[in-house]
Amino acid sequence: MRKKVNLDSVYAPSEDVVAREVQGEFIIIPIASGIGDLEDEIFSLNETGRAIWDKLDGKASLRQIVKDLSSNFEGSSEDIEKDVTGLVEGLLKRRMVIEKRRV
Amino acid sequence: MQSESYVLKQDINKASLWKVAKPLLGRLDIELTERCNNNCIHCCINLPADDIDAKQKELSTEEVKKILAEAISLDCMSVRFTGGEPLLREDFEELYIFARKSGLKVLVFTNATLITPHLAELFSHIPPLEKIEVTVYGMRESSYEAVTRASGSFEAFRQGVGLLLEEKVPFVVKGALLPQNKNEMDEFEKWASAIPWMDRPPLYSMFFDLRCRREDGIKNESIKGLRLKPEEGLKILTRRKNEYIKQMQEFCSKFIRPPKDKLFCCGSGLDGGCVDAYGYFQPCIMLRHPGCVYDLKNGSLKDALTNLFPKIREMKATNPEYLSRCAKCFLKGLCEQCPARSWSEHGTLDTPVEFLCQIAHIHARFLGLIKENELAWEVLDWKDRIKKFADKKPGG
Repeated sequence: MRKKVNLDSVYAPSEDVVAREVQGEFIIIPIASGIGDLEDEIFSLNETGRAIWDKLDGKASLRQIVKDLSSNFEGSSEDIEKDVTGLVEGLLKRRMVIEKRRV
Repeated sequence: MQSESYVLKQDINKASLWKVAKPLLGRLDIELTERCNNNCIHCCINLPADDIDAKQKELSTEEVKKILAEAISLDCMSVRFTGGEPLLREDFEELYIFARKSGLKVLVFTNATLITPHLAELFSHIPPLEKIEVTVYGMRESSYEAVTRASGSFEAFRQGVGLLLEEKVPFVVKGALLPQNKNEMDEFEKWASAIPWMDRPPLYSMFFDLRCRREDGIKNESIKGLRLKPEEGLKILTRRKNEYIKQMQEFCSKFIRPPKDKLFCCGSGLDGGCVDAYGYFQPCIMLRHPGCVYDLKNGSLKDALTNLFPKIREMKATNPEYLSRCAKCFLKGLCEQCPARSWSEHGTLDTPVEFLCQIAHIHARFLGLIKENELAWEVLDWKDRIKKFADKKPGG
């Protein structure tokens, strides 16, 4: 089931995962069981995913993150918003990020 | 920004995750202790559990963590905790959690006798991401404890394995084939096949290594007496004949050839190594030759990997006997002769190990690579023979 992502919410990496950059790959490794679809998987983020992940600091709302990324990357705000919400939805589904609060 | 798939699943056991190059340190073995709560008759590394001197010399918790932290900075993805019995360390849990929370996969080699409900629960909540490997010494108390020489160890092992099953912690089992338990193989394999994570029959050790510290001549003689005869070993390895031949065809076509005077033909020290219980880093878990170990208390993994290990890997054989036999022998690869085994058997890096030579020859005869009474290092048309064998149709 897809989790609803709210643009006014603040998200942060879950303590149940650890992110590492290894040989140019940005990977997310489960710490606790039940992360992802199976336990024997790690996940890697592409460049887009990495740029968004770095902003998920538990302080900025997704709306703020979209705004920041729009000033640094090419592309319409709509596309960037779609990217951000798409990624966060995927991460939430896998319990890799948590919703901290709503602004 | 591009709309595309952001999160890619990766198989954690995929050999080559890395697009650019392999990390300097891809995997690390740490022998947390040489002590063990069992006293197995065949073991090459088991000091008594209560050996105070050994315990005092072991790396401290902080020293192990420092090594793990450096390993992570070198892009290491996987650490193996082994021993002795790693669960004997009072700080095992702390080290395990530290490694996992730092983003390492952890492979644990254990006899399972010290697995408590608490530890099984920990492995369940914070999975190692590698199947735990449990060595089994017998299917009955009498056979098991004839090997381990530790009263109550069979019950403790069954209990430990039961806890892993209960908590659904993935593990596999492997056997040590000894006179005390070799008639229990079928029973063992039947039992092992019911373990949900066993995707193939268990592996066995049967040609046991000698004491890796070369400290106990009497024990070494006794270990030699426990090794299966090469013919017996062959019979066991070829029980699933077609599967075995298929594997050997693939293996031989890729990996066997004369090594010439190059001593290290395996992957030892290439992108990994082993830290012993006292902080010495070596390219291979078996290789304790003083010229091949690096003191981490006065240096770093990086220094060893960049400055010492490449030099070790370039070492050449000089022993005339080795040069006239092993260096010319095309069974290298099939034969487990290596500097580490030469060291444990003879105290040098380049002395032929006779029983390994016998095993390789008996295998090669079975596979049709050499004829009766032929010595592999005298074979000149070895390339043709390997090709003919690799191309042979099943049953042909």
